Amino acid sequence: MKPRQRRWVFLAAAGGFLAFYLWGLIGLPGFGHYPGPYGDIVNAIAVAQTHATGVVSAVNFEYRGFDTLGEEFILFIAATGVATVLRHLRDEHDIRVVDEARDRQVPATSDAIRMVTLAFTGPTLVVGWYLASHAQTSPSGGFQGGVVLATAFTLIYLAGQFIAFKRLSPIHFIDSVEAVAAGSFAVVGVAALGLGAAYLANVLPLGSSPGAVNSSGTIALISFFVGVEVSAAFVLIIGELLEQTLVIREGGR
Amino acid sequence: MPVVHTVITPSTVRPFWLMEAFQVTILGLVAAGATAVVLTRNPTRQVIFLSIYGVLLAILFMAFQAPDVTLSELTVGAVILPLMLLLALAKVRRQEE
Repeated sequence: MKPRQRRWVFLAAAGGFLAFYLWGLIGLPGFGHYPGPYGDIVNAIAVAQTHATGVVSAVNFEYRGFDTLGEEFILFIAATGVATVLRHLRDEHDIRVVDEARDRQVPATSDAIRMVTLAFTGPTLVVGWYLASHAQTSPSGGFQGGVVLATAFTLIYLAGQFIAFKRLSPIHFIDSVEAVAAGSFAVVGVAALGLGAAYLANVLPLGSSPGAVNSSGTIALISFFVGVEVSAAFVLIIGELLEQTLVIREGGR
Repeated sequence: MPVVHTVITPSTVRPFWLMEAFQVTILGLVAAGATAVVLTRNPTRQVIFLSIYGVLLAILFMAFQAPDVTLSELTVGAVILPLMLLLALAKVRRQEE
C-alpha cells in the first residue's frame, strides 16, 4: 500500500472513531452527577450491615469479595510467572559485583541517600502495616498496605544494602508466605461453607461498634491476608528483577 | 487491584467552584504530564517523568474523592513501576556493554 492510500485509510478510521467517541460523550451523565443506584445503596446500608466504615473495603472484601479473590490471584500468578521466567537457567551464572566494578568508576551511595532511606524504612513499615490492618475503618486496605510494606524493602536496597535485602527476603521463604497468604483468602471462603453459609460470607462476629479496629468480621481478616500476599508478591518481583541485573548468560546474551 | 467508582455530589464539595478549579487544574497537569512522558526520548529520563506522572495521577484521584485509589497509584505508579523499569534498563545496558 502506498503512503498516500495508507493515510486515507487512517483518516477514515480516525474519523469513524471520532464520530463514535463524540456520540458516546453526548450520552454521558453530567459532570458530578452520579446516575447509578448501586453507590447510593451501598453508602446507605454498608456501615450498618458490615460494621466497616471504610465502605470501599466493605465492597472489595465483602459485597464483591469473590471478584477480589480473582484479582488477588492475578497478582499471585503474575509473581509466579516472573519467578518462573527469571529463574536461573543451566547456562547462566551469577557474576560478582566486585569484578564488574573494578575497572569502572561506580559512585558509592551517598551518605544523604543512605540517611534518608534508612530513616524512612521504619515509618514506611508502620504506615504499610497500618494501611493493611485498617481497611475496615478508613480508606486503605491490604493491597495499598502490602505495596507500601514492599516499598520498605526496596528502601533497604536503595540504602546500598543488596545483601541485607536478600537476607531479609530469602526467595523460598517469600514464595511460601505469598502462597499461604493467597490461599488463606480462599480458605476464609471455604470456612464459611463449613458453617453452612455461602462462599466468602461474613461469618465472623462483626464487633461492637462500626469504625472499631476489631469490627467488620472477615473484611479485616481478608484485607490482612491480601496485605501479606501483596507485599510478598512485590518483594518477590523486585527481588527477582534486582537479581537479574547481576546475572549474566554465557555467550554474552 | 480495587476498582472504585467515585461518587461526587455537589453537596459534598464545598465551596464548589474552588474544588472544581482544582479538579480542572489537576486534569490539565495530568494531560501535560502524560504528554511529557510520551515526548521524552531518553528512556531513563522517561522513567523519571513517568514517576512524576504517577504522583500527578495520585493527586487527581485525591481531587476526585478516591483516597483508596490514590494510595494504590502513589505506591504502584510512582514507586514500584518506575523501579521495575529502571532495573530492566540497567539489565539492558549491561548486556549492551
